[in-house]
Amino acid sequence: MKVTGKITGKWAALLPVGGAILTAVLLSASTEPTVRVAPMDSVGPRSIEPQTQSSLIRDYLLAWQTMNVALTQNRPDLLDAVFVGKAKEKLAETVREQQSLGIETSYLPRSHDIKVVFYSPEGLSIQLLDEVEYDVNVRKGEQSLGSEHVRARYIAVLSPTETRWKVRVFQGGTP
Amino acid sequence: MKKQIPFLCAFVMLLAHIGAAQSELRFPPKVEAGAAFSVPTSGSGEATLYIVGPGDALQRRVQLGEKISFGADDLHNAGHYVAILGAGSSSQSAQFDVIPSQQPASLSFLAKPSRLAVNRENGISGVAYIFDIFGNLVLKPEDVSFQLADATGGAQSRSSTSHDGVAFVQMNSAPKAGAAHFQASLAGVHATRVVEQVPGDPCSIRMTAHPAPNQRVLLQTDPVRDCSGNPVPDGTIVTFTETYEGRASTVDVPLKRGVAQTELPAENGAVISAAAGVVLGNEIRWSGR
Repeated sequence: MKVTGKITGKWAALLPVGGAILTAVLLSASTEPTVRVAPMDSVGPRSIEPQTQSSLIRDYLLAWQTMNVALTQNRPDLLDAVFVGKAKEKLAETVREQQSLGIETSYLPRSHDIKVVFYSPEGLSIQLLDEVEYDVNVRKGEQSLGSEHVRARYIAVLSPTETRWKVRVFQGGTP
Repeated sequence: MKKQIPFLCAFVMLLAHIGAAQSELRFPPKVEAGAAFSVPTSGSGEATLYIVGPGDALQRRVQLGEKISFGADDLHNAGHYVAILGAGSSSQSAQFDVIPSQQPASLSFLAKPSRLAVNRENGISGVAYIFDIFGNLVLKPEDVSFQLADATGGAQSRSSTSHDGVAFVQMNSAPKAGAAHFQASLAGVHATRVVEQVPGDPCSIRMTAHPAPNQRVLLQTDPVRDCSGNPVPDGTIVTFTETYEGRASTVDVPLKRGVAQTELPAENGAVISAAAGVVLGNEIRWSGR
């Protein structure tokens, strides 16, 4: 994963995650997206410590990778590690819908352009915007139903938990 | 030139194939969550439509040449979607957005802290995320009103315009202790949190001394208050110190009904003081009276 900007995320940063999720995520990522992160110096109202900056970006990118695996393998159980609240509920419902239709979808990011726009005064939520390019491939068994290259803007709200930042709101739209 | 003809034919056929595969699936670029809409199709025969996105996945059998109709309940999670219409070996595709409903329906309101001292400037923060009835973050700017009403009926009001679905304010805690109701509201939607405002640190301590039986001196503070006049909570520790002939003895006493009281040995010439936290009270030199 090539990361530019102030944050220098590495695959190594994901190692503490451990377990099956990490293995699945690593195996699924056939190509690494480029990641650009805008400086967070002027984000407010609370300032973001350097350690928070790096863990936030690491956890957000992990959320994308985990979502891809969950939707590719139709495994809602993977979502617990990185999603919470409405975001988790909606993604889990999508996985269940895919299961009932017998389809799988992959979401392979090619690039992320991330800008953190809000860090709440009490430190309980961070909001970021991500201009992301990704490839969607829809499969039914061995048959590819189609694929699309997508350029979208995602809004994500993340909350701190015991172990990492988890995505609470995850909503896409045309830039 | 003759050599180029097969290549030109192949190129034209490829263009025609791409055109057939990628045209004619015309989704509106934006659809409001929970709104019914329809999409025209062209051609003839049966096909299968798939719509996928992180927020939804659905499938429809469609008759080409007829409209594909979507009901109000079909797509309600905001997001970017890919539609693929497959008929045999050919397919058409489109991308579109489901956007949040225009009408806010709920607020996710975080008020922190839940307990703080009185008279703290910008001590209370309120953050409101605005959602529609389907739980989508409402991104268009909305004016959110915040009101902090304290126990005495006093209230502070502020408003904030949301950006990308979030609005926030910072408020001062009131001078008077007690529970305050912190409310965020917009367009008939509101959420309330209770913030407990507690007295601050003691502002000053005044102590009196009286003779007590058995060569003791009775020490008692006046009711201990913070700088806004609120009684400091019972349990707050007051430390009495008696210094006599170079030796100091101390007693920690919790406030009970607003005052601290204890007895120390009555030594003529002893210097007795009282303190709580960083506040030092008056000093008494004991002379037996």
